Amino acid sequence: MVEIYAAALINGLLIGGVYALVALGLTLIYGVLHIVNFAHGSLLMVGMFAAWLMAEKLGVHPYAALPVVALGMFALGWLLYRLVIGRVSRGEDRAILLATLGVAVVLDNLFLTLFGGDTRQIESDLTFAVIELGPLLLSVPKVIAFAVSLLLAGALWGFMALTDTGRAIRAVAKEPEGARLMGIRPERIFALAYGIGIGCLGAAACLLLPSFFVSPHVGSVFVLVAFTIVVLGGMGSFPGAVVGGLLIGVTESMGGLWLGESLGPIGISLVFIAVLLFRPTGLFGAAR
Amino acid sequence: MLEVRGLHAGYGPFAVLHGIDLDVAEGEIVAVLGANGAGKTTLNRALSAVIRPTAGNIRFEGAEITGAGHDAVVRAGLIQVPEGRKIFPNLSVRDNLLLGAYLRGRPNRARNLARVLDIFPRLGERLGQLVGSMSGGEQQMLAIGRGMMAEPRLLILDEPSLGLSPILTEELFALIGRLNAEGLAILLVEQNVVQSLAIAGRAYVIEHGVVALQGDAAALADDPRLRAAYLGLA
Repeated sequence: MVEIYAAALINGLLIGGVYALVALGLTLIYGVLHIVNFAHGSLLMVGMFAAWLMAEKLGVHPYAALPVVALGMFALGWLLYRLVIGRVSRGEDRAILLATLGVAVVLDNLFLTLFGGDTRQIESDLTFAVIELGPLLLSVPKVIAFAVSLLLAGALWGFMALTDTGRAIRAVAKEPEGARLMGIRPERIFALAYGIGIGCLGAAACLLLPSFFVSPHVGSVFVLVAFTIVVLGGMGSFPGAVVGGLLIGVTESMGGLWLGESLGPIGISLVFIAVLLFRPTGLFGAAR
Repeated sequence: MLEVRGLHAGYGPFAVLHGIDLDVAEGEIVAVLGANGAGKTTLNRALSAVIRPTAGNIRFEGAEITGAGHDAVVRAGLIQVPEGRKIFPNLSVRDNLLLGAYLRGRPNRARNLARVLDIFPRLGERLGQLVGSMSGGEQQMLAIGRGMMAEPRLLILDEPSLGLSPILTEELFALIGRLNAEGLAILLVEQNVVQSLAIAGRAYVIEHGVVALQGDAAALADDPRLRAAYLGLA
């Protein structure tokens, strides 16, 4: 009996690591820049298809493809902001919301037309590899995704806290005119930060692929969970995204165990409400 | 060093400035006075290229900067400490100051930071603190300190005494005098007429978007027309 709980706990933590990875980019885009990025799931899907194509057509393992896909997704995000979101929005929240939603609709249907609605998977030596930890079996790709997401969270936190660009991103989100008077160009910083957030999705896509399927709808599996994690962890907090991701992963896993697959996800909402009742700014959110 | 000729500016269909002429020479303190809504802040925003003038031109150190980007103006050394401070509330005091040198003054950043902390020891005690929680006086010090980090050639101060106690205002004006004594040219935009005229060499009084009065600060202080302009009775 104990083993079942332990297995659910570990599995939840590992899935949570993956959730955290998806939430990392969103905590930058939504938590720091306050862009409600409805295209987040769709862009994750694009990243996963890119990784899948590289594996299937070029024989490049997703882990080896990670730097290329992350850079490519950064470029795509930067372009999307410059050409679509930034232009359409002109700083209005409503317009940003519609612009990102529009991007999501276009991307989802473009990929549905190109690839059809089937789910695809890659087979690699790692897909079913497991580590035995006493009575527990740990999926190797999930352990790797977990570890890399922690590393990426640390790197992003360092970037935001210690570099001028990171400081400028935080500054521009709250006080664009003050930033202009220091010679910072807000529209550039926004495009850059959006690109970095989407670049994180590229990394997440490569780490997900060995243990997950790809389809034009795969983004919807993650997008609501990612928004929940960002708010739960504290808007714009990278440690919050990681801890929130792990918490949601464990909650989902335990909820499934206790309440069954269909009723299990209710646990996420309960934890979400409970946390916000006691800490309205989220686990790691700055007091306002 | 700063030459403004026939400057018109506004917001969309609302014209605010109707042809302003203004000069600041090397090492001067020039005061710009005027009642609320006279166009002082619009003038500053046009000088810092946050808004685009509709007509007229601005030259800084001999170079045309009309229509230049706000970053080009900062790079040239025309630095503004804006009304309402506009510091970054979600950043620490240290990060605010470091961002002052985002575009200009980067090579000497450590030295300038030490100098700013020397001028404002209070900021040194609060380096790691988020600025949203600081008092108005401390925030004003930070805004000026952030401007100093950009190694200004000309510093525009927009309503720096707004919301400060009389004692802090006195300290502030003493500081402005000290910075100027070190050779920094200052364009001081203020509602505090008496103290501004006491410290400035020359002054302009702006009314309804035009220069209503200008000249030697000491002479203007005794000019009966100043009071009239200020009360909008002219």
